[in-house]
Parts: sequence; C-alpha cells; structure tokens
Amino acid sequence: MIPLSSYVILSAVLFFIGVVGVLMRRSIIVVLLSIELMLNAVNINFVAFSHYLESITGQVFVFFTLTVAAAEVAVGLALLIAIYRNRQTVNVEELDMMKW
Amino acid sequence: MIEALFIYLATVCVICAVLTVSLRQPVYNVLALLTMFFHVAGLYVLLNAEFLAVVQIIVYAGAILVLYLFVLMLLNVRTQSRHLHRQWPFAVLILGSVTAMLVGALQDGTWGVASGEYTAAAIQEIGNTQAIGLRLYTDYLLPFEVASLVLLVAMIGAIVLTKKGLIDDHIKE
Repeated sequence: MIPLSSYVILSAVLFFIGVVGVLMRRSIIVVLLSIELMLNAVNINFVAFSHYLESITGQVFVFFTLTVAAAEVAVGLALLIAIYRNRQTVNVEELDMMKW
Repeated sequence: MIEALFIYLATVCVICAVLTVSLRQPVYNVLALLTMFFHVAGLYVLLNAEFLAVVQIIVYAGAILVLYLFVLMLLNVRTQSRHLHRQWPFAVLILGSVTAMLVGALQDGTWGVASGEYTAAAIQEIGNTQAIGLRLYTDYLLPFEVASLVLLVAMIGAIVLTKKGLIDDHIKE
C-alpha cells in the first residue's frame, strides 16, 4: 500500500518543476507547457485524495480542470500566434510593452 | 509489485518534467511532456481512476499536445542560443528551497478521515465511469454547464484572436 503522502510529495515536486519552468524559460511555448505540467500535478493530487478519502468528488473536479486546461491552451496558443504575427518573436524578455 | 510500479511511474514523471522545462528544442519539450502525460495516466490507473486515465490520454495527449505541435510547425520558431531567462538562478534557488521545505512538511501528514462512501470495492461494483457520471449529472450539474460555457468562450476567443484583420486593423489605427 502506497501512502498518500508519496502522491502528495510527487505532486508538489512536479508542481514546482512547472513553476521553475514558467520563471526561467524565455520561450512562451515552454511557459505554456509548464502551466500544463502544473495543472497535471494538481490533478494527481485530486485523484490521490479522491482515492484515499473514498470520495468520487475529486475525480469530478479533475474533469473540470481538464476543461479549463483545454480552454487555456486554445486561448494561450491563439495569443501566441497573434503575438508572433505582430512581433516575430516568442521570447518573453522582448515582450515588455506593458512594462512601466 | 504496486510499489515498484509507483516508483517507476513517479521517477519517469519527474524526469520527463525536468526534461520538459530544460530541453532547448520546443518539439522535444512537447514530446517529453507527452511521455509524462502517459505516465500520469498510469498513476491514475494505480489509483482506481480508469475513466480519468483514458480521458487523460485522449484529451491531453490526443488533443492538447497535438495542438501544441501544430502551432510549433505553423510558427517555425528558431532555437535561440540563450534559452533561459536571466532570472533563472533566483527561480531555482528560491523554489528549490521551498520544495525541500514542503516535501519535509508533507512527509508525515494526517489527511482527514476516509468517508467510506466510494470505497474501491463500491466503485468497482457500479463502475468508475458510472460513479463519476452519477455525481457529475446530479450534484455538479451547474458547474458542468458552466464548463461548457467556458469552452464556448475559449473557442470564440481563439477564433477572434487568430483571425487576420480583426484585431490588427485596430492596432494600426
């Protein structure tokens, strides 16, 4: 029997790898991929708690997370295409139009 | 047996996650993430969530990552010599310490009491998909409808954002 804490620790590690990816990469594509990674880490938590606390609600919420992830990818990639069309770059360091 | 399987799946997940954020070529990043998604689906199977394991493969691996690959091929982004943001040492340092702290804190937690409502045997009896569907279409009917609205808004948003001449003209004016 695997303890619940191993799933929670795995999920925490994956989540922070995702946060590091968002903070340290220059390409928007990899930043979006890292956000996907973080959403997956959260999903692992949901399913693990659902299994160990014997309630199906966690799995229902993973379903909603999936919906939001799909919507996020669609809008995110549309923004990426729009930015690339206007600025010819996907580098977050160069996209500082709104910086004061 | 299950422990060995869990260790294998968890190790591959972490390795693929690290590769996803560290490789230079965007296509390799996407493929590393794809491998990770398959192994996360394996974790779901270990946790008796077969429906979500299949949905994970169909939606994440089948739809979302294919969308990424399409966009990568449309954009034809060249790899840059310097692929890390200039703040990366701080990011690794701070988040590494936070993760170490969190892992230490999570090691021996008590996580609440099992409700006993949906035990593994109970779910097996009615079926995982049926159990989720029953909950989804009774208690969570309104969130379910709102989720469909979110998808509709995202669809319209994506079309408006990528359509040529719809936003570009306003910027130039």
